[in-house]
Amino acid sequence: MGMTITEKIFAKASGRTKVIPGESVWMDVDVLMTHDVCGPPTVAIWKKEFGEKAKIWDKEKLVIFPDHYIFTANVHANRNVDILRQFADEYQLPNYYDVGTERYKGVCHIALAEEGYNVPGTVLFGTDSHTCTSGAFGMFATGVGNTDAAFILGTGKIWEKVPDTMKFVFNGEMPSYLTAKDLILHILGDIGTDGATYRAMEFSGSTISSLSMYERMTLTNMAIEAGGMNGVIAVDDVTREYLAGVGVTEFEVFESDADAKYHSVYEYNVADIEPTVAKPHSPDNRGTVRSVEGTPLTKCYIGSCTGGKITDFRFAAQLLLGQTVKVPTFVVPASTSVAKQLEEETISGISIKEILEKAGCIIAQSSCAACLGGPSDTIGRSADGDVVISTTNRNFPGRMGSKKSQVYLASPLSVAASAITGVITDPRKFL
Amino acid sequence: MEKRIIGKAFVLGDNIDTDQIIPAEHLVFSTSDPEELKKYGHYALSGVPIDQSGLPEGNKPFIQGENHLSEYSVIVGGSNYGCGSSREHAPLALQVAGVKAVIAESYARIFYRNSVDGGFLIPFESTEPLNTLIKTGDEVDIDVDANTIANLSSGVTYQLRPLGDVFAIVEAGGLFEYARTNQMI
Ligand code: SF4
Repeated sequence: MGMTITEKIFAKASGRTKVIPGESVWMDVDVLMTHDVCGPPTVAIWKKEFGEKAKIWDKEKLVIFPDHYIFTANVHANRNVDILRQFADEYQLPNYYDVGTERYKGVCHIALAEEGYNVPGTVLFGTDSHTCTSGAFGMFATGVGNTDAAFILGTGKIWEKVPDTMKFVFNGEMPSYLTAKDLILHILGDIGTDGATYRAMEFSGSTISSLSMYERMTLTNMAIEAGGMNGVIAVDDVTREYLAGVGVTEFEVFESDADAKYHSVYEYNVADIEPTVAKPHSPDNRGTVRSVEGTPLTKCYIGSCTGGKITDFRFAAQLLLGQTVKVPTFVVPASTSVAKQLEEETISGISIKEILEKAGCIIAQSSCAACLGGPSDTIGRSADGDVVISTTNRNFPGRMGSKKSQVYLASPLSVAASAITGVITDPRKFL
Repeated sequence: MEKRIIGKAFVLGDNIDTDQIIPAEHLVFSTSDPEELKKYGHYALSGVPIDQSGLPEGNKPFIQGENHLSEYSVIVGGSNYGCGSSREHAPLALQVAGVKAVIAESYARIFYRNSVDGGFLIPFESTEPLNTLIKTGDEVDIDVDANTIANLSSGVTYQLRPLGDVFAIVEAGGLFEYARTNQMI
């Protein structure tokens, strides 16, 4: 019997020729990523548990991005960044990207790709549930808690259960009114927020092959919203080209065997899918944008590792060119490099940044910002009574701030169309 | 590890995510400072909409007033308990509040791992929706070796799923203890 990509990576990382879904194995970790919320407690556990002999297993393999609570006056949040700074200084860590310096990058999952840490065939663990994003690069990437991360920090190893793989095949030419966000929200509606718990989600098909790396990352990013352990997409020329651009040229490519066993297979024709939303208060509460069209909004939000990439702003700017937003619309580039691209890239001779500014959007500095609510002074945070449409990934009660707010998740096209009208609007109106 | 857990049950619905268990805005407190740590207990389950808090009636706060300890030591949830973020502060907050075990029909992977590897609490899986059979405030008695939960208030005993692979880690009291016992570190 053949193996899936995920199983092959598990086999390699655990020094075996074959692994079987359901068995627990100890695996070697290639990269450990952490950030300002989970980094300090991880370091504290590592110090406590390893005591005097606490040693970082491999400094080159530890990557730290402050990104969550960055631009705030909250003293406790700032103390967390201070702890990371001291830790990086004390151990002379080469891969610490401090805020307030030229090295600052923004949201970890996007920065991992941009800085060349995503290498096909390798194993990445991160103290963040959306670490699964990196699976778009044909690698195994998943989130863990602080104790697991502290264990990896000291040993370079961790146990994990080999997941069953679910396959999601999308065929057909991507229509101009859809983005990868619509596809993943569609899947979530089908399988629910626990539809892939402890499983791998493998995406393939002609539509997926036609997507850019950033759009592919939107799919793998939200694998966790279905409970997935990881999302994965096989390496192809699009992957190779992106990687060459960030200096990654040597890697091992794994492909699923033709006779690999899947837990289940879902096939879609993209022509059947409409612009999609997740209604309050769960990412699997699917509806078409049409079905909630006209819902009055108080805020629009375009940002996060899911919906704050350059491709997302390209989609949004395409609609916002020459328009004015009717409700406060927050734009948060996921990374500093995305922010730079907003200034450089143009549509009809006008930079994307200028298009967004002229439309009346409020452009914030790169970070997680209101994607996870954050301290009370966080830009874009939802308040009591807010009705928000957002390109982020979660709309559980209180996720973006107030428990008394309602959040609709949608594509950057749908958010931009809704910003123009002030009510939820199908993007096809403006295309 | 305690082999017998006796205490009051606090009942919740399906899909209790980590923002409901410990809202993100409170994640700034230090987990190493004993005084600040209490904040995690104080805010445990404070993100649950009040009408869903303490089923079947709801409107029961998990924590009273300024306390950090709850009167409840067993959480009974539905499916997909602990979905959402990777924050280990979630099982930690419950532990600080005095919770010894969670019983749910299913768990999100990271919450489950964190509970076991951090040695915070025991995540048992039920074979039926116990959150519709047990009421908030019922006295329950969990027998860890027998994998059972008895509802002392109604006299009914339910079977739980065996912990399987992770039992050794749970028994050791967490991943580090397990690794030390097995000379891995
Ligand atoms: S942008 Fe949102 S989902 Fe992404 S890492 Fe930050 S808080 Fe998490």
